[in-house]
Amino acid sequence: MLISFTERGFYCAQGDFYIDPWKPVSRAVITHAHADHAYRGHGHYLAHHVSGPVMRLRLGADISLETIEYGEKRYINGVELSLHPAGHIPGSAQVRLAYKDEVWVISGDYKTEDDGLCTPFEPIRCTHFVTESTFGLPLFRWRPQQDVMAELLHWIQSLAAEGRNAFIHAYSLGKAQRLIRALHQAGVPILVHGSVRNTNKALLEAGLNIPDPPMVTAQQHIAPGTVIIAPASAAESSWTKRFEPFGEAAASGWMALRGTRRWMNAERGFALSDHADWDGLRAAVLATGATNVYVTHGYAALFSRYLQEEHGLNAQVVRAQFTGESADMREEEAS
Amino acid sequence: MKQFARLIAALDQTTSTTKKKDALVQYFREAPEADRVWTIALFTHRRPRRSVNTTLLRAWAGAEAGIPAWLVDECWHIAGDMSECLAALLPAGTNTCSMSLAECMDEIGSWKSRDTEEVREAVLGIWRGLERHERFVFNKLITGGFRVGVSQQLLVQSLARLLNLEDAVVSLRLAGNWSPQSTSWQELLHDERSDDARLYPFYLAYPLEQELSQLGTPEEWFVEWKWDGIRGQLVSRGAQVHLWSRGEELISAQFPELSQEAALAGLEAVIDGEILAWSEDKPLPFQALQTRLGRKQVSAAALKKAPVVLLAYDLLEWEGADIRNRPHQERRALLEALVQRVNHPVLRLSPLVSFESWQELKSLHAQSREQQAEGFMLKQRHAPYQTGRRKGSWWKWKTDPYTVDAVMIYAQRGHGRRAGLYTDFTFAVYDAQRNLVPFTKAYSGLSDDEFATINRWIKDHTIERFGPVCSVEAQLVFEIAFEGIGASKRHKSGVAVRFPRILRWRRDKTLAEINTLDDLRVLIGG
Repeated sequence: MLISFTERGFYCAQGDFYIDPWKPVSRAVITHAHADHAYRGHGHYLAHHVSGPVMRLRLGADISLETIEYGEKRYINGVELSLHPAGHIPGSAQVRLAYKDEVWVISGDYKTEDDGLCTPFEPIRCTHFVTESTFGLPLFRWRPQQDVMAELLHWIQSLAAEGRNAFIHAYSLGKAQRLIRALHQAGVPILVHGSVRNTNKALLEAGLNIPDPPMVTAQQHIAPGTVIIAPASAAESSWTKRFEPFGEAAASGWMALRGTRRWMNAERGFALSDHADWDGLRAAVLATGATNVYVTHGYAALFSRYLQEEHGLNAQVVRAQFTGESADMREEEAS
Repeated sequence: MKQFARLIAALDQTTSTTKKKDALVQYFREAPEADRVWTIALFTHRRPRRSVNTTLLRAWAGAEAGIPAWLVDECWHIAGDMSECLAALLPAGTNTCSMSLAECMDEIGSWKSRDTEEVREAVLGIWRGLERHERFVFNKLITGGFRVGVSQQLLVQSLARLLNLEDAVVSLRLAGNWSPQSTSWQELLHDERSDDARLYPFYLAYPLEQELSQLGTPEEWFVEWKWDGIRGQLVSRGAQVHLWSRGEELISAQFPELSQEAALAGLEAVIDGEILAWSEDKPLPFQALQTRLGRKQVSAAALKKAPVVLLAYDLLEWEGADIRNRPHQERRALLEALVQRVNHPVLRLSPLVSFESWQELKSLHAQSREQQAEGFMLKQRHAPYQTGRRKGSWWKWKTDPYTVDAVMIYAQRGHGRRAGLYTDFTFAVYDAQRNLVPFTKAYSGLSDDEFATINRWIKDHTIERFGPVCSVEAQLVFEIAFEGIGASKRHKSGVAVRFPRILRWRRDKTLAEINTLDDLRVLIGG
């Protein structure tokens, strides 16, 4: 087998490199810049162009990093390597590896809905497919992004009418930009937390065309109806005093469940995820044509059983230290 | 359904009492009359009996959605709520159903007399016509267990505001036996009903939060033991005796020794008290009473094994008159006279604890467990009998819980509000051979930060996984609190605890320092 599942991560012995390893290795191919996939301490990194500046921001300006374009091919000791859009966040990639008669696709995190921000997900034919399963249950089926955004806007307007601001918890990388883009188009005034601003700067540097709203500062006058976007961890600090009074909402796939909405204690929850939902995961797996499917983080046992029994695939659970979108949003996938 | 579903959404989306009240008032102003009566019935637990077998519902939803039965069950466990689970699994609906709440309830009521195939058609037809949130509400209506975060008090206050009535008046009118099928809005809220079973809203105590000295002088207070039974209101008007639970459910049938006792009939009185299993002049442990709860019919054996008494502590109606506004000491005097006159062993007086000083009361409090009580009730001598949970004239002063140190050995993924995280833990103590024996599960008591830290720890220290459960290395020690403990044949450990919860994470303790099964057995004796 071209890939083995080791305690450091997914290892390609033929090419002597790892994909998204969680312990230090000499050569790492990175699917995307979220902290649970792009760890510190590797000798050399290979990633997509757009991931470059964010990885330098988070892992250090001095890392040894090579970036490539989607579809661009690299040959490493006979292994053909290329990156393909995963639609998860800007720069996120599926890693395709071909050697002899095996074609592997390691998809990292992905979503199948076009969010208008990232290059949309592309299904890649392969013999072995590694898939996440963060929302791998039929409980999770996202409504179209525009419907969720319309509901969000309605909530923001009702807060504005009460003279309040809207504080939205969102991961700094990915979710934040997705919200900013939609709300900016709707003409809503936006302020962001420092970690979101820094991420925006890195993405602008990577050549992305995104709005760049200002940071919340201590003295500024904030008009009611302003949206403040920050990671959930900021919600517990006195930082939020600057834009009182406000209503609070979380934007996460977990908000699809009434129970988690209550647990997060946010006034409102909007089910908006950068991960594929049930229909997305199923469609993605089937579109690869792969007969061997390896299911990582999420509802892995249930999703692989479903693929075995309902689709006759050779599906199995693979342990990996990825967290995906955590139900505890302070646990960082992203920021 | 649409209006009612919108109300449920509005109530669900806010934690503010004011906003909930606004939403309720607006709904009661706009909704059709029959829907309003049904809404009050649903919010006061006057639901009709579950009309559809839930196994069938899951099967129908699974078939409609093309999802295998085992996966429907897994989803149900993870969502923690079958209504929500099925609403999420079903394919998108047409959103064309225009049934009112009352029409919907009538439809549901008609299913009792129809065969399964007809009911299946009806359920699927309605599911297809609803959008997701309406389906959730509809599923709640057909499966029961309708909790929406509306307290009785909130409902009463909203109706009182709408109708410009006193809270207490509304409260009294909503109490007792009435059915939404046969009661109109006018009859329910505007007419004086003659109803011999009518109960008074219970007065509920708050936990004592201040120093005893802040209550004033000891002479101003009655103190009783806080009994570990269930609260009950005995209504004796005419020839009938009715017994109500704190949840305002009629429980007469469960306690025939009270409701069928001739000596308690015709008193023209309403008594508030505690129902306890009782033998040889003292209460039996709560476990004995438990064998009597929630049954339609009580067996002769159960009646013999766990006979009950009513320990009376207040008198709300006397000689047909509502005396709740009279001072407690007057009510108490009348109650004492009444109990004496009845002179029957099933009606006992909850004795007053005599004490000279707060200091003395404190030392008596330490003896609660020996008295088989959970602490004290403190009641202001001059206060009227109030409605609902209010601070001021009644306080409950509970004993400190039992605590033991135990080690976490299993973790289970939570469901409902904590889906996706490990939140349900199983704890073990040592037996005599130093083997770890699980003795309880506990869910609550940790902060969100602690949950997050422990979740990360679990990922690195899992030994084995089976379904949603994993076994973890026995390392993390927790202090577990519980209210009661008894011997149990059903549990491997031989003990069963009541209301277990995590008191704190003992990062300072190691596995070697946890308690033993013998330590637990000693507590049963005490």
